[in-house]
Amino acid sequence: MNRHLVSALITGLVFGLGLLISGLANPAKVLAFLDLAGAWDPSLALVMGAAVAVGLVGYRLARGRNRSWLGAPLRLPTATHLDKRLILGGLGFGVGWGLAGFCPGPALVALGAGELKAMVFVVAMLAGMGLFEILEQRRAT
Amino acid sequence: MTVDWNAFTPLSALAGGALIGLAAVAFLLLNGRIAGISGIVGGLLRPQAGDIGWRLAFVAGLLLAPMIWTLALAAPELTIAANYPMLVIAGLIVGISTRYGSGCTSGHGVCGISRLSPRSLVATLCFMATGFATVYVVRHLLGS
Repeated sequence: MNRHLVSALITGLVFGLGLLISGLANPAKVLAFLDLAGAWDPSLALVMGAAVAVGLVGYRLARGRNRSWLGAPLRLPTATHLDKRLILGGLGFGVGWGLAGFCPGPALVALGAGELKAMVFVVAMLAGMGLFEILEQRRAT
Repeated sequence: MTVDWNAFTPLSALAGGALIGLAAVAFLLLNGRIAGISGIVGGLLRPQAGDIGWRLAFVAGLLLAPMIWTLALAAPELTIAANYPMLVIAGLIVGISTRYGSGCTSGHGVCGISRLSPRSLVATLCFMATGFATVYVVRHLLGS
């Protein structure tokens, strides 16, 4: 097994443990954060704050590099323009997130915990992503 | 607005958040990639040679996390209130929207903001706004 696969596996695992410890993998906690008008649980603001604080410092280490420590090319997004797709996609995602309390990472973690409801969400999410691919191919031809 | 102080878990939130940030940074420094879950999963549906293994490995890590967790700790609390039709609708919307918007909470909310990307900041403001609005409509206007 090559080292890029090992590091992807371990990183995914640490990411998943972070989602579990923080409570982000629990839809009830996510919805309690999104419910500003109800009994508001501000915890997830701290999750985001801590993640970004570590990210801001850590990503500086990558600045100026074009290869990763394992020798892989550094692939950072290059788009800078704000377009309709970004904004509509973002707005739409929030609606889906607010309906079930799941975003993609936590849904996969909950699926790993054996939750049937998470499996239904993930299958539907994959169908949505597949639909996107079909629409994109149609657009290209 | 009333804060539910009994539900507030600042320490685990900060610790978990730091771990998420650490994983995101490690993924960039080791694999040279953005740890955006919707992009990693979505790329599997556009398979290209040599571009599948690392995606599957990362997803496998996410799926294994609860199993590793239960080796040391009690089963994590996961309460999924949404019914099945709602989960299907929400899943479809999340799947298609995150691909159109090029990211989700991880890719835009954590990685993108850490890179100070204006696109990610705008996307994050968009999904936070509709996330708050959706829960408000469902819980307080429709009252379900």
